[in-house]
Amino acid sequence: MVLDDPKARTDGESTPTARDDAPWQHDKKKEDLEHVGKPIRKVDARSKVSGLTQFADDMTLPRMLHMKLLRSTMAHAEIVKIDTSKAEALPGVKGVLTGKDMPTPFGILPVSQDEHALCPDQVRFVGDPVVAIAATEEETAWDACRLVDVEYRELRTIGGVHEAADNPEPRLHDYGVRGNIHRLENLEFGDMEDGFERAEHVREDTVFFEGNTHLPMEQHATLAHFDKDGKLTIWSSTQTPHYLHRALARVLAPLPANRIRVIACPNGGGFGGKSDPFNHEICAAKMSMLTGRPVKVALTREEVFWCHRGRHPVLMRSKIGVTKTGRITALDFHSFLDGGAYGSYGTASTFYTGALQTVTYAVENYHFRGARFFTNKAPCGPKRGHGTVQPRFALEVQLDKVACDLGLDPAQMRLDNLAERDSLTANFLRIGSMGLGPCIEKVVEGSGWKERRGKQEVLPNGRIRGLGLACSSYLSGAGLPIYWNGMPHSGVQLQLDRSGLCTVFCGSTDIGQGSDSVLGWIVGEVLGIDPLDIKVVTSDTDLTPVDLGSYSSRVTVMTGNAAMQAAERAREQVAKGVAQKLEVPAGRLVFHGGRVFDSQDPEKGMTFKEAVGFAEAALGTIGTVGSYTPPKTAARFRGGGVGPSPSYSYSACVVEVEVDPETGVYSVPHVWMAHDIGRALNAAVAMGQIEGSIYMGLGEAMMEEMAYRDRSHKGKRVFVHKIPSMLEYKSPSALEMPKCTTYVIEDPDKNGPFGAKEVGQGPLLPIMPAVANAVFDAVGVRVDENPISFEKVFAAMHSDDKRYGPKTDETGVPDVDFGESLQVKTPWQGGDGKASNDPHRTKKAAK
Amino acid sequence: MTESNKVLATFEVNGEPHEVAFRPHKTLLEVLREEMTLTGTKHGCELGECGTCTVQIDGTPVLSCLVLAVDAVGKDVRTVEGLACGSDLAPLQDCMADLGGAQCGYCTPGVLMAADALLKDNVNPTREEIQEALAGNLCRCTGYLKIFEAIELAAARMRGEDAEPSKESIYGS
Repeated sequence: MVLDDPKARTDGESTPTARDDAPWQHDKKKEDLEHVGKPIRKVDARSKVSGLTQFADDMTLPRMLHMKLLRSTMAHAEIVKIDTSKAEALPGVKGVLTGKDMPTPFGILPVSQDEHALCPDQVRFVGDPVVAIAATEEETAWDACRLVDVEYRELRTIGGVHEAADNPEPRLHDYGVRGNIHRLENLEFGDMEDGFERAEHVREDTVFFEGNTHLPMEQHATLAHFDKDGKLTIWSSTQTPHYLHRALARVLAPLPANRIRVIACPNGGGFGGKSDPFNHEICAAKMSMLTGRPVKVALTREEVFWCHRGRHPVLMRSKIGVTKTGRITALDFHSFLDGGAYGSYGTASTFYTGALQTVTYAVENYHFRGARFFTNKAPCGPKRGHGTVQPRFALEVQLDKVACDLGLDPAQMRLDNLAERDSLTANFLRIGSMGLGPCIEKVVEGSGWKERRGKQEVLPNGRIRGLGLACSSYLSGAGLPIYWNGMPHSGVQLQLDRSGLCTVFCGSTDIGQGSDSVLGWIVGEVLGIDPLDIKVVTSDTDLTPVDLGSYSSRVTVMTGNAAMQAAERAREQVAKGVAQKLEVPAGRLVFHGGRVFDSQDPEKGMTFKEAVGFAEAALGTIGTVGSYTPPKTAARFRGGGVGPSPSYSYSACVVEVEVDPETGVYSVPHVWMAHDIGRALNAAVAMGQIEGSIYMGLGEAMMEEMAYRDRSHKGKRVFVHKIPSMLEYKSPSALEMPKCTTYVIEDPDKNGPFGAKEVGQGPLLPIMPAVANAVFDAVGVRVDENPISFEKVFAAMHSDDKRYGPKTDETGVPDVDFGESLQVKTPWQGGDGKASNDPHRTKKAAK
Repeated sequence: MTESNKVLATFEVNGEPHEVAFRPHKTLLEVLREEMTLTGTKHGCELGECGTCTVQIDGTPVLSCLVLAVDAVGKDVRTVEGLACGSDLAPLQDCMADLGGAQCGYCTPGVLMAADALLKDNVNPTREEIQEALAGNLCRCTGYLKIFEAIELAAARMRGEDAEPSKESIYGS
C-alpha cells in the first residue's frame, strides 16, 4: 500500500469507518432553523446580570453551622497524634471530625480510590485536610482549629518527577506501578522502525510545561443538611453532581444513595477545578449527620489553591520523523507527569498526554510512553484541555522547528498533511467532520501571515514583531464514562402541560458555559417554541435524570442529543393530538413560531398551548424521556478507552507578539482564532467560549504557574506553594487582553445535535505554542518551556544555543523502565483495533 | 476568641435604610451579605485582589472586602441589587445579558458596579478607558471582550443612539 495516500488508510475492509446512522439533524439547512444559530440571550442571563443567581455560598438555612478544615502544615508526614480536646471545649463548637470518623477512601476514578475525607494517618501535601470543626460562628470554627494539636513525624519530601523516579521510598501510596510511580503506559501503533527509516528528517526535542491552576472566581462552597426525614441534601459548587453523589454514598455508607440528594449550584467558574468529589463536601455532609444541623463550608482563596486538580506539570521528550513535505512518518513521544499527592483523574490525564496527537495531522506510526508520579504537592487533575494541552504545546512547537529545518511555511506544511475526515487514526480514533483546513486558511488570511511572517519588523519603540501559528483539536465528550457501566451518559426528561409550559429536567450542570441554555435552544427548536419560555431544571439528583457532568466538553453533544430525542418524542405526542383535532396526517404538521399547523395550509393550526391541551386530552399527561450513549469505540486495546469521542473540534490560531530585544519583555497585541464547532447553536455564546479560551491560554502562556517554594529551614525541607493568592498568581486583567479576530467555522458533524461539536476547551490549546512560535519568529529564540515568561525569553537570547528549556539529552528526563509496549497494528496495516500482544494479560494468564 | 460586642448602625443601601447589629471588625462585604442578605455582591479572595466584591460608595467603586462596615455608615452605598429599576433591567444589564458578558456570572456584579460608575462619569468612554476602569475586576470566563462590547453598546444606548451589536461581535468575523 502507498502510505502517502491518505485514502488507503480507510479502504481496508476490516476497517470500521464513519457512522451510517445520523439521527441528529446535522444536515438541516441554516435557513430552516428557527432558534439554533441565532444570537439569543441565555436562559439564565437575566438572573446573572441582576446578582440573583444563587451560588452555594449565597445560601443559608436556619440553625446553620459553619465548618472549617484544619490542613496539614507538612508536605509529607505521618500523623502521630491528634488532640482536639481544647477545640471541643471552646464555647460555640458543635462538632469535630477526624480521619477515623470517615475511614472509607474515595476518589473520582474507580482505579484510584486513594483519598480520605480527612487524613487518617499520613499527610501528603501542605494543605491536606486533617480535622474538621463546626461551630455556630465562622470565626469560632477558625479559632477552634488553632486549638488542635497535631503531632507529625516528618517523611522525606518527594518534590518532582526526577525525585519520584529516583526515590521509590518513602512511598506516598501503597498502590500504583512501583515506588512512587502511579501509572506507566506504553502503546505502540504501527512500525516505528520503518517509519523512522522512511523519514527524510528526524529531530528530537525535550520540552517542559509547568503546572497551573483553574482559578475560578468562585471559591468552592458546600451546604449540607441532614433533615428530619433522615435524608441528606448537599448544595455544592460542583461540576459533577452525579460523581459526588456516588462518592458520598460510598463514604457515608450505610446511608444509601437514594437518601442522598446532590444539588449542583450554578458554578462560579469551574474549568475542571470542581470535577472531583472534595474533602470539604464529604466532611460537611458527615458533620450535618453528626450535629443534626445544616452545615456550611466556604473555602478561602488559599484553600482553593490547595484543592487544585489543575494542569499537571509535564516533561516531554519527542522524536519525530518526517518526509521532505513534513508528513509525519513516525512520532515517538514520552511524557512524565508530576501528579501531586493523589490519583484524581490522573490515570486519564496520563493517557490524554498521548491520545490526541494523531487527530490533527496524519501520523503514520506512533509510539507513546507516559509515566505519572506521586509527589508531595496539591493533587493535579483536569484543567480545560485535560492532559492534551501539554503534548499539544510540544508537538506544535516541534512542527514549527521541523518547518524551519525543512524551509517550509509552517501553515502550508500543516495544510499539506491534515488528518482525513471520516477516517481512523493510527490509534483508532474515529474522526468525523474535520474543518482544520478552513480554520488554518482563515487565520492565515486574516493575519496577513504570508506577507508579515519572518520579517522581524522593527517597530518605532524598538520592539520586534513576530507571528506564530499553531493548531489543535479536542473531544466533544469522553467516549467512556468514569466508571464502567452500560447506562446512558445523559438523560433528559420533558414535561408538557395545558398551560403551554415545557419543562426540561436534566442532570447537567451549568458552569457558565451555557449548558442550561443549550437545553432550551434544542428543545425550543424541535418544538417550535421560544427557548426563553422553557423552564430548565438541572443538576439535582432527586429530580433530574443522570448526566455524567460538565467535563470533557461533553454537554452540548451528549445532553444535546438526549434533549433532542426527548423533544422529538414530545413533538410526536403533541402531533398526534393535533392531527386528530385538525383531521390532517401528523406527518404534515409543522411546529414553528409557537404554533402547530398544517404545512399545506398554514392558516389551519393552533397555538402550541392549545396543541398540548389536545394532546393531553387524547393521550393523557404528556411526558417524554431521551437519552444518549456515545457510539462504540473502534479502539479495542487496553488503554483505548481514553481519546475516543463522538466528534472532534478543530482550532487554528495566529498570535502576534511584539518583543523588546533588550529585555525579552513582550506583549500580544492581536490574536486570530478560527474554531470548527461543527454547528454553532448560538454563535455569540460560542464566541464567548473562544474568547475565554484565548484569554486563559494567554494567561498560561505568559504568566500563570503553580510553582513551589523549595527551601531548607533549620535542617528541614520546606516545600510550599509559592503563590497561593490571586495577587501573586498572576492572571491577565482587562488591560492585557489583546484584540481578537474570531472565526466560527461550521463543518456539521453527524454525531452532534444539528451538527454541533465542542467549543469550550479546544481553542485554548493552540495559544501557548503559537506564542512560543511567535517569539521565535520575532527574535529567533526557542523557549521550550511554558509559561513563556519574559525572563526565559531574555535568558534564551543570552544563551549560546538561543534556547531556554530542559536538557535536550536523555538526562533531561527521568530514567524509567516502561516495560514491553502494547503493540497495535494501524488501520492501514489491517489492524482491527486490538493489540497483537498484551503483556498484562499474558502475565495474568501465566499466574 | 470571638467578641460579642456588636454595634448597631443604619446603612443607606440602594436608597433604603438598613438597621443592623454587627461586630465592628466586620467588613462591608460581610455585613452586606450576612446581615442584610444582599448576596448579589460576591467574594473571590477577601484580600482586595479580584474585584468581585466591588460596590459603590457615594458613586465611587470600592472593594467592599477592604472597607470596614462602620466606615460606610452614613454614606450612599449601592450594590448590584440597586441597578435595575423595578423589574426593568438597566441598559448596562440588558447589554451584558444580550452579548454574553456574563458567563458564570460570579464576577458580573462587581463588573457591573465598576462599569456603572464609569458610565455615570463618562457616557462616551473609549475602549482604553473601559479597560482602565475594569483593570481591577478579574474575570476568568469571558476574556473581557464581550464585557467591553456590552459596555460600549450600553453607553451608546444611554446616549440615546439606536445602537445594535456589531455583526462581528455576535457571529464572528
